[in-house]
Amino acid sequence: MITSIQIVYTLKKLFIEIGEISYFAGRFFKEVFTRPFEFKELLRQCYNMGNRSLLLVGITGFILGLVFTLQSRPTLLEFGAVSWMPSMVSISIVREIGPVIIALICAGKISSGIGAELGSMRVTEQIDAMEVSGTNPFKFLVVTRIMAATLMIPLLIIFGDAIALFGSALVENLKGDVSFLLYFNKVFDALKFSDIIPATVKSFFFGFAIGLVGSYKGYNCTNGTVGVGEASNSAVVFTSMLLFIIDFIAVFISDIFFEL
Amino acid sequence: MKNTKNIAPVLKINQLKKSFGDNHVLNGFSIELFEGENLVLMGKSGSGKSVMIKCLVGLMQPDNGSIEIMGKDITKLSQNEFNNLRTEIGFLFQGSALYDSMTVQENLEFPLRKQKRTLEDTNKLVQEALESVSLANAIDLMPDELSGGMKRRVALARAIILRPKIIIYDEPTTGLDPITAKEIIQLMRNIQKTHKTSSLIITHDVDCARVISNRMILLIDGINYAEGTFEELSTSKDEKIQAFFK
Repeated sequence: MITSIQIVYTLKKLFIEIGEISYFAGRFFKEVFTRPFEFKELLRQCYNMGNRSLLLVGITGFILGLVFTLQSRPTLLEFGAVSWMPSMVSISIVREIGPVIIALICAGKISSGIGAELGSMRVTEQIDAMEVSGTNPFKFLVVTRIMAATLMIPLLIIFGDAIALFGSALVENLKGDVSFLLYFNKVFDALKFSDIIPATVKSFFFGFAIGLVGSYKGYNCTNGTVGVGEASNSAVVFTSMLLFIIDFIAVFISDIFFEL
Repeated sequence: MKNTKNIAPVLKINQLKKSFGDNHVLNGFSIELFEGENLVLMGKSGSGKSVMIKCLVGLMQPDNGSIEIMGKDITKLSQNEFNNLRTEIGFLFQGSALYDSMTVQENLEFPLRKQKRTLEDTNKLVQEALESVSLANAIDLMPDELSGGMKRRVALARAIILRPKIIIYDEPTTGLDPITAKEIIQLMRNIQKTHKTSSLIITHDVDCARVISNRMILLIDGINYAEGTFEELSTSKDEKIQAFFK
């Protein structure tokens, strides 16, 4: 049975962790604007995160569009509103489902990857070796990874959304004899800037959260190889939780601005 | 042993103290390392050797005491000044600590990044460092393609690439077979002769200490319990000292 002491202890741990991550984020903002800039490492990380996640994001996006359309079709048919399918799918995917699902997939792949990589570097003294050689390991390892995630996640989300819409169009083409041209005409007619801009802006925050939490967990990893596993695992859990919080705040803010 | 009384030490640790809660790891530890000297530091596991090294290279802050490297008190230096001073120190990690995602060449180039050198100059330094550890043909390999001994040698090459005046060896022969351990000890001697470096060697390996040391210090209960040459300490009647040589 959970006692009040346990609840207080858990909450205290959570608040300490939030404080430490905030401090870590503060250090990132302090270091990101100071020289030397690690452009080569940043490009390497962008390539690693972007290129190596492309297939996973593509498959996820395709299945997402496919399943979403297949599941929605009978209900829309019942109401005689199947012609609304492109509008409904595009707005749902671009505004909400695409960014959140793809960010969660990336949290599983990228955030845990960063956590495991930096964690193992920490326990095998590679980070210490960098520091001893006079290099700032935070700048070289953490700043580049957070920057790369912040830049690449929005691109991956755009790519995933496009593939999801293609998957949806494929279902409509096969089941409803709707041409791709007509489908995408309807998609672009339905989408407004008020759908695209908030989704794009929040995807940068998703990327930042994925890079930040993965780096924080890995960089501060302790307890040997067990700690590496814990860092990787808790990076995914904490990032996923953070993504939903960011999403809630983003929806709340965009609702205020775009409703007005 | 050479007369060091009138020579300024390249490294001086004075009354170093470090505690973790109630656990007093270092209780006023002091050493002096002189130019061209091989000083061996021995101590049991948990005696504070690693903590001392971490304080020495700035990975940990001591509670009290001073650390002077080349006459500069590191506790009074700015981060930039300390980073510049770090180029005078080579560090061989116990587990080699090679960067897994980089090739041998990139590992060796890493400490040179901050120095404005031409590509030709960098390649020459990398080649020379690898040749000095007899691994010139391993330049394009990844760390996971190297054996334990090769990793240690590459790490040694990385430690000397900036031509440091002081090299700190953390358990240089631990985890190696006796033949490879002897090769590493021989390399350490060659490097000392070629580059005229001063070496601080932390080891449990009595054979290593016998072959390489000019002077030895035994770290017990956080203080320098005994100091002398290998012969002096190995023939001591003190039980605590004898325990190291059995």
